[in-house]
Amino acid sequence: MTPRADEPTNPVVGERMDPRAAVPTSTNADVRPATADEATGRREAAPAGRLRAAVTNLFGRRPRVTETGQASTEYTRQENVGTRTGAAPGSPDGDLFTHGDPIVDRAAPDGPIETRWQRRRFAAKLVNPANRRKLTVIVVGTGLAGASAAATLAEQGYRVRSYCYQDSPRRAHSIAAQGGINAAKNYRNDGDSIQRLFYDTVKGGDFRSRESNVRRLAEVSVEIIDQAVAQGVPFAREYGGLLDTRSFGGAQVQRTFYARGQTGQQLLLGAYQALERQIGLGRVEMNSRHEMLELIVVDGRARGIVVRDLVTGEITAEYADAVVLATGGYGNVFYLSTNARGCNATAIWRAHRKGAYFANPCFTQIHPTCIPVSGDHQSKLTLMSESLRNDGRVWVPKAVGDRRPPREIPEDERDYYLERMYPAYGNLVPRDIASRAAKNVCDSGRGVGPTGLGVYLDFADAIERLGRRTIADRYGNLFEMYQRITGEDPYEVPMRIYPAVHYTMGGLWVDYDLQSTIPGLFVIGEANFSDHGANRLGASALMQGLADGYFVLPCTIANYLAAGPFEKLTDDHPDVVAAREDVADRLNRLLAVRGDRTVDSFHRELGQIMWDHCGMERSDAGLRKALAEVRALREQFWQRVRVPGDGEGLNQALEKAGRVADFFELAELMCIDALHRTESCGGHFRVESQTPDGEAQRDDEHFAYVAAWEFTGADRPPVLHKEHLHFEYVHPTQRSYK
Amino acid sequence: MNLTLRIWRQKGPDDPGRMVTYPVSDISPDMSFLEMLDVLNEQLTLAGEDPIAFDHDCREGICGACGMVVNGVAHGPQKATTVCQLHMRHFSDGDTIDIEPWRAKAFPVIKDLVVNRGNLDRIIAAGGYITAPTGSAPEAHSQLVRKADADAAFESAACIGCGACVAACPNGSATLFLAAKVTHLSLLPQGQPERLTRVVGMVDAHDEAGFGGCTNIGECSAVCPKEIPLSTIGRLNRDYLRAVRARSGTPGT
Repeated sequence: MTPRADEPTNPVVGERMDPRAAVPTSTNADVRPATADEATGRREAAPAGRLRAAVTNLFGRRPRVTETGQASTEYTRQENVGTRTGAAPGSPDGDLFTHGDPIVDRAAPDGPIETRWQRRRFAAKLVNPANRRKLTVIVVGTGLAGASAAATLAEQGYRVRSYCYQDSPRRAHSIAAQGGINAAKNYRNDGDSIQRLFYDTVKGGDFRSRESNVRRLAEVSVEIIDQAVAQGVPFAREYGGLLDTRSFGGAQVQRTFYARGQTGQQLLLGAYQALERQIGLGRVEMNSRHEMLELIVVDGRARGIVVRDLVTGEITAEYADAVVLATGGYGNVFYLSTNARGCNATAIWRAHRKGAYFANPCFTQIHPTCIPVSGDHQSKLTLMSESLRNDGRVWVPKAVGDRRPPREIPEDERDYYLERMYPAYGNLVPRDIASRAAKNVCDSGRGVGPTGLGVYLDFADAIERLGRRTIADRYGNLFEMYQRITGEDPYEVPMRIYPAVHYTMGGLWVDYDLQSTIPGLFVIGEANFSDHGANRLGASALMQGLADGYFVLPCTIANYLAAGPFEKLTDDHPDVVAAREDVADRLNRLLAVRGDRTVDSFHRELGQIMWDHCGMERSDAGLRKALAEVRALREQFWQRVRVPGDGEGLNQALEKAGRVADFFELAELMCIDALHRTESCGGHFRVESQTPDGEAQRDDEHFAYVAAWEFTGADRPPVLHKEHLHFEYVHPTQRSYK
Repeated sequence: MNLTLRIWRQKGPDDPGRMVTYPVSDISPDMSFLEMLDVLNEQLTLAGEDPIAFDHDCREGICGACGMVVNGVAHGPQKATTVCQLHMRHFSDGDTIDIEPWRAKAFPVIKDLVVNRGNLDRIIAAGGYITAPTGSAPEAHSQLVRKADADAAFESAACIGCGACVAACPNGSATLFLAAKVTHLSLLPQGQPERLTRVVGMVDAHDEAGFGGCTNIGECSAVCPKEIPLSTIGRLNRDYLRAVRARSGTPGT
């Protein structure tokens, strides 16, 4: 449990890895003229691309469609997929994973970052409006990203087929987002700008995200607010009729727009209503209560999905020219999380098994302000918006074991530990820092509440300063929710909060165009890994989901669709038949076990393993233990699970069983990823890598990369492909909020 | 605590359905109502019986997926509370609790407590939006909105589309749901151009879907977990009268 200090080797792979050394095996220098940036080393370019393309073909992979920029040859896109020629089987953990070629994002233009998005938009191919009618896009998921993408694509004239497992697209879990949405409008005149939002997001992500993507996100943020207001989203307003904003963790400006504590609901309803309008016009075919269970890949392209109609049990293959996954994150691998009960990783995991790389799976966010667990029956955890930290003060008693009621503890016997440790940001430090601080004070025996796993979030000062009415206006619904769940009145006694799994920064690897390593498979919103690095700032998830769905994907997908329509598929195509059979076999196997344990009992146990060893704090020994336990439990699952009923008709236990089966496989990959990343960064805290005062210690020399994992088969070690990150505009520093 | 549950079981749309009695024991007062059903379902699964199907997702009262009639009241006895946020501390040891699905002509039962609420989406598709294709929006501050209007619009926009209003209404009417959306959009300046076509389109879709008419009983607002006020229906009716007097053009689109 000591800091790693100056160990010369990487304990996981047992050899010193110089991330730069491997880079020259993979570039596209042959297809793109060298730029001034390359001369300065931005892309570490080296002229081996042609050779690599040959190697790629040798290994039977199809090169991607090569598109030439509309205006010039400045931008060209090529095969993204690395090969396994670079595997390093000699490492001691060769049974855990092997090394592959680096992976490079070839879609992002070079040159000045301020104009990259503009230039990409210009270079991307267009589809003539008359031809859009002939192109079909499947969009899976109807949250902020999925609904906004489906509506926008339909507005543009594409034929859209939309799928969700809920009974209505309006119920996707974006609906539960509370606090707000960031945008660099600078309406407050407090020094905000696109540059500052970009900077805050890269820094907040602990320098593990791509500069190009984050810069684009910051640019697009201002358009999102315009769009939402035009749709009638009732944001909070000032008396003069202008939009109100508030501050959020990780920022010193007030750039967060909100609709009381229900910002996600209002933004989602805006996107949902735009989607319903297109459904009413017959441009979107909506399929609710349908779950995607497999991706159909034909000739190397994503061409459709296999879905199960959850009401009839019927399994069908659905076809399109491109597939968009907007299926959210995988926080439910922990069983207890703030996610909705139905949130699952099946869509992205199935795509991963079909060839889409999974990036940074261990980057998960533990939210500091959730209602503590009350007992074994607990089925989910409820978030209390981070916005509460604007006015609430976090504290614990100074003395270990002080069990007095909070109001009886005098001021000088309280430890407002965030204000004490981080005077510059105080209670508004980013989530990873606030969560770990809460864990530390509870581990030191100063936690509050019946379990000792809780800290106070106190509004007494704010109520005295602003009056109860103002506080009710700002947080009324959150206070009511807290009271309903705990039976305590937060106007009178401080809230008790504790961290809980909330968001997953990891997800399917995508390039600047949001395209995965499978051509034609696009991934948007929380389902991809793109913009948040190792930690997401508050109020940035809504921003990213809507940026992807309204503005980025509808532009970049055209560049791919311009080569379509593709060959028409029928149900007797061998790849389609195989995909459908795989789905049916799997469901039948789950039903056939007829064991003696319920799906939930396995899920709960898996979640506990992950929370203990791959949660707020991770260690080499703990992760190895978790891997062994997850594997053993997975075996048990397939021998002892009991799924009642059959595959015909509505069978909610069968739905859950399929999702949990996929969580088992994902959990393993998360542990492997967490094990190989021996640094601490953002939400990923390795006990071996901390500063003398207990803060996360990054290791930029060895880990300034995105870990993109390739699936190689069940029970075979995954292959690690690194995408090296380069920082030209925001220079990595030790993140400090003191 | 120990409870007796009497739950509506129905295998599918064609099954006539029946109430079935199940005892549950060791229920903690800190459990939510749905967690109590989880406990029962675990028992049923291990006993080789079919667990009770019910819709639920976020379990924090915002997605609108859950909904069941508890002791004759939609979402149960707690005011302004969805059934997922209803906690067992509001019941007593030895209680018998009746649990039934939403019952309305426009909400056919799929299985047990699960009903098809697709007709609510159809009402929205018929005009419950502001036409603003992506990319066409003006600068957000180009139009001011009075704070009072924005706040009132928000109150109506807080509807979660759960359908409790329909289940509570003796006529099986979705008028409160419809009125909430009409009120939200008609209070905002952005919603004015489509104000009249919207209300006509939505009311037509509502009637076509088989929802009943409104006779101002007010059960809907009484059970609404988001406390959408009955006064929204007054606003809907005013707009509807104005619209049908001036009716022209096609609804919604």
